[in-house]
Formats: sequence, C-alpha cells, structure tokens
Amino acid sequence: MLTHLWIIPALPLAGFLLNGLLGERAGRGFVSVVGPLASLLAAITGTIAAIQYHAAYPHGQRYVDVVYNWISSGGVGADLAFQLDPLSIVILMVVTWVGTLIHIYSVGYMGHEPGYARYFSYLNLFLAEMLVLVLGSSYLVMFVGWEGVGLCSYLLIGFYYDKEFAAAAGKKAFVVNRIGDFGFLIAMFLMFAHFGSVDFAKVSSAAMHHVDPWIVTAICLLLFLGACGKSAQIPLYVWLPDAMAGPTPVSALIHAATMVTAGVYMIARTNVLYRLSPTAMMVVTFIGALTALFSATIAVRQFDIKKVLAYSTVSQLGFMFVGVGAGAYTAGIFHLVTHAFFKACLFLGSGSVIHAMSGEQDIRKMGGLWKKIPITAWTFLIATFAIAGFPPLSGFFSKDEILVSALASPYLPLSFNRLVWFMATVAAFFTAYYMFRLFFLTFTGNFRGTHEQEHHIHESPATMTIPLIVLAALSAIGGVLGIPAAIGEHLHVPHLLARWLEPIYPKGTVFEVPANTEWILMFASTAVAVFGAWLAYNRFFKQGLAADEALARSMPAIARTLENQYYVDEIYDEAIVTPLERFSRFLWRGIDALIDGILALVGYTVALFGDLLRFFQTGNVRNYALMFFAGVLVFIWVFA
Amino acid sequence: MSNLLSWIIWLPIAVAVVLAFFPKDAVGAIKTTGLIASIATFGLSLLILNHFQEGVASFQLVESHSWIPQWGIRYALGVDGISLWLVLLTTLLTPVVFLSSWNAIHKHPKEYVIAFLIMEAAMIGVFVAIDILVFYVFFELTLLPMYLVIGVWGGANRIYAAIKFFLFTIAGSLLMLLGIIYLAFLRYHDLGRPDFSIVGLYGLSIPMTTQAILFGAFALAFAIKVPLFPLHTWLPDAHVEAPTGGSIILAGVMLKMGTYGFLRFCLPLFPDATAKYAKWMIALAVIGVIYGALVAWVQPDMKKLVAYSSVSHLGFCVLGIFALNQTAIEGSILQMVNHGLSTGALFLLVGVIYERRHTRLLADYGGLAAVMPVYATLFVIAVLSSVGLPGLNGFVGEFLILAGSFKTHPTATVIATSGVILAAIYLLWLVQRVFFGPVTNEENKSIPEIAWNEIAAMVPLIVLMVWIGVHPNTFLRKMSPSVQQLLTTVQKGGERGNVMVASRRVILSREDGEGSRRARPFAPLRVTR
Repeated sequence: MLTHLWIIPALPLAGFLLNGLLGERAGRGFVSVVGPLASLLAAITGTIAAIQYHAAYPHGQRYVDVVYNWISSGGVGADLAFQLDPLSIVILMVVTWVGTLIHIYSVGYMGHEPGYARYFSYLNLFLAEMLVLVLGSSYLVMFVGWEGVGLCSYLLIGFYYDKEFAAAAGKKAFVVNRIGDFGFLIAMFLMFAHFGSVDFAKVSSAAMHHVDPWIVTAICLLLFLGACGKSAQIPLYVWLPDAMAGPTPVSALIHAATMVTAGVYMIARTNVLYRLSPTAMMVVTFIGALTALFSATIAVRQFDIKKVLAYSTVSQLGFMFVGVGAGAYTAGIFHLVTHAFFKACLFLGSGSVIHAMSGEQDIRKMGGLWKKIPITAWTFLIATFAIAGFPPLSGFFSKDEILVSALASPYLPLSFNRLVWFMATVAAFFTAYYMFRLFFLTFTGNFRGTHEQEHHIHESPATMTIPLIVLAALSAIGGVLGIPAAIGEHLHVPHLLARWLEPIYPKGTVFEVPANTEWILMFASTAVAVFGAWLAYNRFFKQGLAADEALARSMPAIARTLENQYYVDEIYDEAIVTPLERFSRFLWRGIDALIDGILALVGYTVALFGDLLRFFQTGNVRNYALMFFAGVLVFIWVFA
Repeated sequence: MSNLLSWIIWLPIAVAVVLAFFPKDAVGAIKTTGLIASIATFGLSLLILNHFQEGVASFQLVESHSWIPQWGIRYALGVDGISLWLVLLTTLLTPVVFLSSWNAIHKHPKEYVIAFLIMEAAMIGVFVAIDILVFYVFFELTLLPMYLVIGVWGGANRIYAAIKFFLFTIAGSLLMLLGIIYLAFLRYHDLGRPDFSIVGLYGLSIPMTTQAILFGAFALAFAIKVPLFPLHTWLPDAHVEAPTGGSIILAGVMLKMGTYGFLRFCLPLFPDATAKYAKWMIALAVIGVIYGALVAWVQPDMKKLVAYSSVSHLGFCVLGIFALNQTAIEGSILQMVNHGLSTGALFLLVGVIYERRHTRLLADYGGLAAVMPVYATLFVIAVLSSVGLPGLNGFVGEFLILAGSFKTHPTATVIATSGVILAAIYLLWLVQRVFFGPVTNEENKSIPEIAWNEIAAMVPLIVLMVWIGVHPNTFLRKMSPSVQQLLTTVQKGGERGNVMVASRRVILSREDGEGSRRARPFAPLRVTR
C-alpha cells in the first residue's frame, strides 16, 4: 500500500465517478453500497499504509510517493506526489474513519431525499479531494485538494439548489474561500520566487537559510489568509454559518470535522516557517483567540440548532489556531482530533433531532425530546460535556492543553500570552454556556412544537444511531491521546500524541509547565466550564425559553446585536459588495460608453473630413468648372 | 506527407469550393460534408504531433515555395512550439462548431458551412505562416468570413456589430501592413534582396526609435484583436450579435491571433521596444483582467458576461507574454488553448438554451438544473474550467502565468491574482442565476434537455480540460524549446539595444563596422537619442 499511496484518494474518486455517472440509473441500493464502501476502503487502505509506514519508518521520517511530474515549466512546477509522516497519518485517520461513519449515517439521513446519487458522488469526491489535501507532499498538490474540497463544499451547501438561500450560501462559501486562496496562491509565488520550490521539505529547509525574514513572514501571513478562508476565521468566517443550508451530515463532515480544520493542518505543516516569524505567530494566535471569543458570544443567542453549532465550530477552530499560533502544534492537532469526534457527534445528533422533528431546526419549537429520542439525547449530552471541557472527557484535555500552551508559549511575550489566555478562557466559559443552553432547550422542558410534529417524533434508524454512539464514545475517551504531564506522571501514561508527532515537532511543542501551575490551570478551566454549565442549567433547565426572553427584555440592544451576528454580513454588504457593484456598473455604463464615444468621435471626424473632400469631388462637371474658374482667379490674383 | 501543413490549409478550402457547387437544398449533404471535412482536417492536424520533434526549437514541417519571386515573397509554412497547439485548437473547434450548430442554422446553411471552412483555413494559415506577407494575407482573410458570419447569421443588431468588428480590426491591421512594408525595406537593405521570411526578419537590428514606432503599429493591431483594454469595446457587441458558432471561433481562436502576434512578431522583432514598453502592456493587461471581470459581473446578458470574461482572461495571457520569462510565456500559450476550450464551451452552452428559449437574459432563467440536469452538469464543468479550478486546465495556465510574472512584476501580479476571486464571483453568479433556485418562468419548465449533437461537441472539450489539468506536461514539453529560443532572441536583441542606448560612440562604431553594407537613405534612421 505504501508504495501506491495514490490509491487512497483514488478509491473515493472512483466512487464519485461510479455514483455520478451510473448512480441515477443504477438505483439507491447501488448508491448506498458504493458510496460508503468507497470511503470504507479508503479508510482501510489508509490504515494499512499507516501500519506499513510505521514498520518501515519507526523514526517518523517523511515518506514520499511520486506519481508523476505534474507541472514543469521554467523552474516552476511540482510533482504529483503523496507523502506520509506522523502528522498526515493523524489527519488521514480522522478524515477516513470519521468520514466513513458519516457516509453510513447519510444512508439513513438522506434515504428519502431526491438526488441521492448526486449526494453520494459529491461526498465521495469530497473525501478524495480531502485526501489529496492531507497526503499532498507540496503546497501545490495541497492546493489542488484545498480548492477541490472548496468545490465540494460549494456543491453540497447548494445541494438543495432549488432553495434560493442554499444556492446563495454555496456561492458565498466559494467566493470567500477564494479570497483566502488568493493569499495561498501568492504565498506559493513567493516560495517559487525565493525558494525555488513548493515541496514541504524544501521550503522548510530553504526558509531556515533564507536571509530576509520578511519574506518568511509574508509567506506565513499569506498562508494564514488562506487558512482564515478555509477554517472560517475573522474576517473570513462569514461563509460557515450560511453553509448550514447544506444537508446536516455534510455540516458534520465538511463544516465541522474535516475540511474546516484544513487551515490548522496547513499551519501545523508549515511550523518551521512560522517559528521563524514571531509576527506571524502573534497574528495567528490573536486572530484565533479573537475568533474563539467573538463567535462564542454569537452562539449564545442563536435559535437555529445548526447555527449554534456552526458558530461553535468557528469558535473551536479559533482555539485550534491559538494552539498552532502559540507554537503548540501538538495541542492544536489534538484539539482538531477531539473536535472532529465531538462536533461530528453534535452535528449528527442535531441531524437526528431535525430528522425526528420533521425538518424543524428552530430550538424554540423543540424541548422535551429527551424521552422520545434517548439515544440521540444521550450521545448529544456526552458530546456536550466533551466540548464544554468537563474532565475526563476528550475536550477537557485538548482545550486545557491549548489554554496552558497559550499562557506558557515561549515564542510570544508574556503579556500577550496572558491576554490570549484570558480571551480563550472567557470563550471557554461561553462554550459551556451556549452548549448547555442548546442541550436544555432541545431535550428538556416541555415540547413547544406543533401537534403534528410531536406525533411524528421517532428515534432514528440504526444507520444513524450507530455512528452517533461510536462518535460519543470517542468524544468521551479521546482524551487518552494526550494526558498532560501533571496527571501522566502519576499514572505513568505518556502524552501519546506528542510522542507520535515528535519526529515533526522535536521539542517544545508541549510546553513544560510546573506541575503546580498545570494543576491550577486545570482547575481553572474546569471551574469555568462548570460555571458556564451551571448558569445555563439555572436559566434554561429551570425556566426554559423564558430565560431567553428575559434576556431580550433586560438587554434588548445586546440581544438584538447578537441575534443578528453583530450585523457583520450587512456591514460587508454595505462596505464592500454594494460599492464594488456600483463601481462595476459605472465601468460598464460609463467607461465603456466613453471609449466607444471617443472612438466614434474619431470616426466622425474622419467621416467629416471625407465629406469635406467629397464636396470637391461631386462628379458634377459644372462644379469642377466652377472650381477651375475660381482657381484661375486665385492664380491671377496671386501672381499678377 | 511532406507538405502536411498545406494539406491542412487547403483541404477545407477545397471542400468549400466543392460545396459551392452543391444544390442549396441538399442541407443534410452539405452539413455532413462540412463536418467530415473538418474532422478530416483535425485528423490531419493530429499527424503534426506525429512528426513534431520534441526538443527542437525552430520551425518544423517547413514548406517553402517561391510565390512572387521578384519581391522575394515565399509561400512558406512551418510550425513550432508556439503555434503547434493553436493549430490543433483551430482544427478541433471547427468540427465542434459544425456539430453544435447542426440544427441551429436555417438560413443559407451552405454559405454558413463554406464560410467556416474558409475561416478555418485562414486561421490555420495565420498560425503556420512563416513568411510575414503570407501571414498578413491570412490574417486579413480571417476577417471576411467572420464579418459575414456576424452580418448574415447574427442577431437583431448584427449589421452594427459586424461593421464595428470590421472597422476596429481593419484599422489596426492596416497600420501593421505599413509596419510590415517598412520592415521589408529594412531587410532588403540588410540583405540586398527582398525577403519576407519571419526568421530572416528576426536577425534585423533595428534602432530604438524605429522599433518603438513599429512596435506601436504591430501592437495596436494585435491589441485590438486580443482585445486589450481600452480597445475591447467591439468584442461584447460582436459576441452578442454573432451566432453561436461565430462566437466559439471568435473567442476560441481569433482572439489568440492577437496574443500569438505579440509572441511571434512584437517580442522577437522589437526586443528593445518590448523591454521598454512591457510595463505599459502589463498595466493594460492587468487593468483588463480586473475591468473585464468587474464588468462581466453586472451583465444582464449571458453572452455579454462571457464576452467580458474573455477580456479578463486574455488579460492574463498578455500579462504572461510581457512578463518575458519562460514560465509565464508557456503559461500564456497554454492559457490561450485553455481559454479556447472553456470559453468555446461556454458560448456553445449559452447557444444551447438560446436555441430553445431565444433569450440570453439571466433574468429569464432560473432553476434549470432541475429541468436540464445533464446540461447543467456540463455547464458547471465549463465554468469550473474557466474559473481555474485545480485539476482542470484553466488553473495550470493561470498559475504558470502568475507564478512566472510574479518574478518580474510582483505588484502587477498580485493585482491580477485578485482577478481569480472576481472570476469566481461572476461565473458562480451566472450559474446560480441560471441553474439554481426555483423554476420561476413557466416557459422554462419544458425546455428540452441538451441534444446528442451538442453533447458530442462538448465531449472533446471536456476531455481536453481534464487532460490539460491533470497532465499539462504533454503540452508544455512541446512548447518549451521554442519559448526558450524566443526568449534568447529577445534577450540578444535587448543586449544589442543596450549597447546602442548606452553610448552613442558605440553606436557609431557599430555603424562604421556594419553600416558600410547599408545604403545611405536609411542611415539617418539609425541615429538614436
């Protein structure tokens, strides 16, 4: 397997072609087999490759499989080549196995939808592109997957294309991502111009010997612009909440577990360059912390179950950027993994809720679902505890590691670290608060929907609940991947992930903190989580929806601002989109007409000149005679 | 077949002549003959690949026969890495036109087929002529059939558009003719006998001021053809009025005669002027990239949208050419082919629904994805190719152009790269408006799905979009040596030029050394200041 890494993305690509070309005619049975099977085979072959890799390269060297020379032109180009190393294996496992679970879930969730074959062909294509992104051995190959997943995101957000909103949301996602890709592209141009290559290893080693630190900083910041697009960070996060217009399993797979974390992976992959540029690290960390806090506050007052989770995703991605920005790559990747578990579980759970509620997504019309859909409720609760950061669930460990690293980062100034830590901790408080608000409003209290909906409520089929259970279990125990030193010392458990990633992040990416400090921070973050949950419990478990209404009454301006997501979309529209459109109309109606006018003027001048000449060439003999006579007169007058 | 290139030019013309004797009611026979002839021409052109030697920079498959011996004009043809793929693009797109318009042309079908066959021959001639006068003859010959195609088979405002098209292009090319004649004089002067061969002209050493004037004459002709901002205003009108087939050829091939002209003539003939004015050309190109994209975005008419997108895309090509390095120029040549494929496909597909609904206004459509799923899929693929999605052709071309030009002109490149964002905006807007949302218009609910002939026309285009996207080296490898040689010519010229500008004394000494062979009348021209 190891020598043919291309097979891993090729399998879902084959699934895409089969389902895309034949699926519509071959029927749902065929599609239900081909779609998930393609994903499962990719997961299995990926796992085999990982095992073989580990046997062949126990020290975690980089293994590259060159398929062929893709582009080569005057020193610019790249091989189509795939690589395995400890980092790509981590992401590979998450993508393929979580992907497979979501494929299986989709069989149940999308079972009655039209466009079933189209759905699975897109999902397979997404997986193929995601694998190219993860396995690519250069920025250029990564970029192929990078834009490819963006395309699938576009297609799947707009899956219900007859809904105007879904189509617009798909386009918005693609365009905003393109703004990020603009940065990615220019970063690659800089690499070609200054390092002569975009191969990961060559870029890293060239950067270390490069004289001009500003080039490295520019590359890092431009790449981060790309990451902001794909991973929905300020100022480019606006597409992700709208992306919820797509089918819910898509939100789970693409817009929570895998694609949106690509930016985190990219920075973790580019760690050598980032560590050379404190400026870039600071920017990444600060934007991450700001996004984490900002979107967590929005999530507090959303009523669409998926919108809450969407803003939560933006916020959690912010946490990951705090990790990789502060130089704690292991922590960032750790949170990426655990987030994939619990956020996929939450989204699939919300899908199960929506399924049960006959398509209803407004939590104001839910309530009391606990008894009616217990499996969904339990798994959702476990994932909620995990994301809120309750020990010993997975989210506690990964989030705690990020918070500790933010405070202890040796790369950044201490006062900055404190500020980031504070922002992230407040964001963690909000996380616990909005998640428990969501849970209580959905699953406890009285049912607030219509009678018909209530009559209809049912637990989802096994194809949907089994993935939920698996993901809930992973959310619960995922923390074993990264037991912090303070605890690990006593239990003699190493930080597994840090050890696995050691070949890439040799030292200092799990920052050494005195055990006392670590315990204090652990208690602090637990306290924050418990406090947030307790507050939510007090308000929403006890009062239900009334608590939300009370907030709207007591602080109407804040409530309205949060509800409207700080009006960011409206501001972008007014400040950028509308003026640009006006300008474009001016170019068309004004400048184009002006050019035509000038050219017409030239034309008319020529014509006028011609007319003038024509006056002398009428073909009329008497005119000629007259002119001859006049000429003679002039002649005589001049010379005589 | 030693005169393969002649075969490729004359086969369509011969068939066109034969078709002239067909009864005009034998529509089926006429269309079939035209299609078979164009496919046969394409087949012949594939043979070029067989004979084309990779790694050879100079012209290959060369034919040279004396045509007007007194003036040294030779019927000389040849193909190199710069023209190779443009020839194949031409021979590919002609059968595509016949297939796509199989049921679309009801007025004078015989003349339609004849016009396109002659146009094909002329366009191939433009790309393979290696005698500058033969080039000029073919260059002008393309004008006439296109003028007729727009004027006869066009839309409501066709006469205006046809005349505008004709006047714009003829204005430019007449100036170029003066330039050619002057160049021939210079060459005559150097050689002692008349010679119009392009390779011969490459050896000329022309003083800077003269170069500047000649560059202006040539560049104007080509800039109008491309079209480069601000000379683009004929294009949207021509496209909107032209029938589908006319638009495919116009965008697919004819615009490339401009970019090709830059590469074949402006760069190697006037290297100093090129070096001096490259930044202005790049400025116009970059303005075109942004301007075309922005204006495309606000078009209510699909064809105008695609036409303005051409202004944007061709801006990339010109940027690549005047970046003057290997990567950018190779990318530019590849992008010429890419644009032919993707924009050709887009015009073809717009034509498909125009045939069915007789409107091109975006506002008249919506929700077509539900009614015509196959059509929608093909359209989206063409859009993705045009928007530069990696894995398809457009990306490779744009990437090489930008990565190359970044090395020499980083600021311009960064601005041009933002055109990539704008492309997503206007093209996805087009898709959203036409295909997504509910079917609002009653008439759109019963549009028949894309037909067999239209699918058949699309298939080769899509195959090539994927091929170029996945394995561009097939194409890059063959153009590489010629581009390298071109750059060497430009640099050598540039060095000569530098010497001439650097010190008057050196010029004079050069004049002393070489000027003795030169006749007096041209001597004053050589004084540079």
